[in-house]
Amino acid sequence: MRHTISVLVENKFGVLSRVAGLFSGRGYNIESLSVDETIDPNISLMTIVTTGDDQIIEQITKQLNKLIDVIKVVDLTEVDHVEREMILVKIAPRQQDKAEALRLAEIFRGRVVDSSPKTYTFEITGDEKKIAAFVELIKPFGIKEFVRTGKIAIAREGVRKT
Amino acid sequence: MRMSGAEILIECLKREGVKHIFGYPGGVVLNIFDLLYENEDLQVILTRHEQGAVHAADGYARSTGKPGVALVTSGPGATNTVTGVATAYMDSVPLIVLTGQVSTELIGNDAFQEADIVGITRPCTKHNYLVKDVKDLARTLREAFYIATTGRPGPVLIDLPKDVTGDKTTFKWPEHISLRSYNPTYEGNKWMIKQAARTIQKAKRAVIIAGGGVVLSNASKELRELAEYAQVPVTMTLMGLGDFPGSHELSLGMLGMHGTYYANKAIQESDLIVAVGIRFDDRVTGRVKDFAPHAKIVHIDIDPTSIRKNVRVDIPIVGDAKRILKSLLNVLKEEEGKAQWEPVRNAWLKQIGQWKKEHPLSYVYSDSVIKPQYVVEKLYELTKGNAIISTEVGQNQMWAAQFFKYDKPRTLLTSGGLGTMGYGFPAAMGAQLAHPGKTVIDIAGDGSIQMNIQELATCVLYKLPVKVAILNNQYLGMVRQWQELFYKERYSYSHLDTVPDFVKVAEGYGAVGLRAVKPSEVEPVIKAALKVKDKPVFMDFVVDWKEKVFPMVPAGAAIDEMILGEESEEKKTKKLRAVK
Repeated sequence: MRHTISVLVENKFGVLSRVAGLFSGRGYNIESLSVDETIDPNISLMTIVTTGDDQIIEQITKQLNKLIDVIKVVDLTEVDHVEREMILVKIAPRQQDKAEALRLAEIFRGRVVDSSPKTYTFEITGDEKKIAAFVELIKPFGIKEFVRTGKIAIAREGVRKT
Repeated sequence: MRMSGAEILIECLKREGVKHIFGYPGGVVLNIFDLLYENEDLQVILTRHEQGAVHAADGYARSTGKPGVALVTSGPGATNTVTGVATAYMDSVPLIVLTGQVSTELIGNDAFQEADIVGITRPCTKHNYLVKDVKDLARTLREAFYIATTGRPGPVLIDLPKDVTGDKTTFKWPEHISLRSYNPTYEGNKWMIKQAARTIQKAKRAVIIAGGGVVLSNASKELRELAEYAQVPVTMTLMGLGDFPGSHELSLGMLGMHGTYYANKAIQESDLIVAVGIRFDDRVTGRVKDFAPHAKIVHIDIDPTSIRKNVRVDIPIVGDAKRILKSLLNVLKEEEGKAQWEPVRNAWLKQIGQWKKEHPLSYVYSDSVIKPQYVVEKLYELTKGNAIISTEVGQNQMWAAQFFKYDKPRTLLTSGGLGTMGYGFPAAMGAQLAHPGKTVIDIAGDGSIQMNIQELATCVLYKLPVKVAILNNQYLGMVRQWQELFYKERYSYSHLDTVPDFVKVAEGYGAVGLRAVKPSEVEPVIKAALKVKDKPVFMDFVVDWKEKVFPMVPAGAAIDEMILGEESEEKKTKKLRAVK
């Protein structure tokens, strides 16, 4: 099963490689990873999406906790949470398709962040399903470049899933 | 007071109680070595190889419980420590490994003798540091000792760029150290301990498995009290030998791949396993699916990742073995019912006694050729067990585990997790330094001893009377054994063809060399060796090359699917399995 794990770490050099090394050394998957400083510049937050059965996920969270620079590990999959991801996609549509491409971006509440005589670059934010749906629809227009941030996630206040 | 990085380093080591450093100098650590010149508080043991330095620090640590310290230069000096560091990591040994590094402005430039040792050792240290600013040095050292010696211990490596050892700053010793991201759990959960006590009371066929964690938490006394009170037999992992007296009637010796028949049998028939300070290595469990099929498992360990990593656990208790065993015994004593469980235990112990009688550890003695097991038995007999034993890896290690009885913890030094050939001799050297006057013996093979044989010079230099019993069979014996049993006797590259004259090698280094070829020569050679008090001794025992380690559980088999030795050949019921 897929899990989204939030990891608070000391903001020191080498921490990312400790975490990444743990996953590669023990044969765990990383599907997506995003890292940045938190409000406290001494602390960074990593959001890791990984897959594995219950025993593997238990080991992943324990092994992460065991790293000296890891402050806290939360498996967000166990709680109600919101996930978001952003993509930037550059397309080069034919002249007659331009209006349709723009309309599509609008439907997905995307923004045009760059336009040139031959290209548009869209910014789309959403959960996994929304991103996947947009990518599917925009593909026929000819994707020139595509980048995604990786997922970030936050727990909703209140009720825990049982 | 303003001090240089090198001065701060020396001051911190002194304040941490360090007396000995195992090391080897080189360009970027000269600032440090300069301060060690004629230093009365810190003695440097100049080894002949950096790997030897780290294993020696490891043997020093395992035999004393204090952290061992090694100091080497950058590049090859640092990379030569990796096997030693990984060995210590797998067996949870507290080490501080100080490596020199090129100056900070050269890092990343592929400078002369530059290696990214922090990157290289990241997966085999408990933690590691690159100190980039002399102001961070004192705190880093303090943290390193704290991390290495608390929780589940392990090696910590500190990389010291040359300019950092030369730069000056005001020295401030951090009195207290705490890390928000590192807080080991010591107290076991009370409710879980109560559950464990109840389960022990109800059990009809309980077994305790004690591991290296009992040594690390100094919990032998508590373990013995619990076992004796609850009348539960104790088996030990290789790392746990000495946790519980090997000569005690409740001792089942070692379990696992080369464990005793009765230990493995008891595990498979048990209805309760109390595992203390073990991580259920594959050499212990055999085929995991069929490990202890009828047993509930109580698992006590300070490292949460050890729990449910390899086997299912019914009652997990995270914390310090000493404290948990103590509370467990107290809870047991408070609860009634000893009268009821005693007769039940007696039946179980009787059954185990029967197994012990049916298949004791044994070998066929010979008058004409020396059996390696006989050498180990004689070492036990002639030292009366009062010795620190280290081992190399392979057959020598298993015979040392089977035929020498360890009554106290910290008396067997062996590379259990990583299985490092070349570990035993330098480790014995470190132990001998920490225990002058004590008999320290490395039980070795002719293959293993050649992996760090250069440390003979170190032992001669520092007058360390380490004894090395070389079980010389001209083969990499364990490899040969597997080839005989599972690879149709195709002895691919396991025969060493040329083995040096170990007596001459020893003499060449200024040590004592002795040889036994006939069984009758074994005892005189050991006796002569034990008399030597001021230099190392090589005892070259020319042994039966055909001898194999039994019992043996083939890789991938359940632990009661044992191949037994020659004399019990007819009792062998299970067929050999192909090795995976």
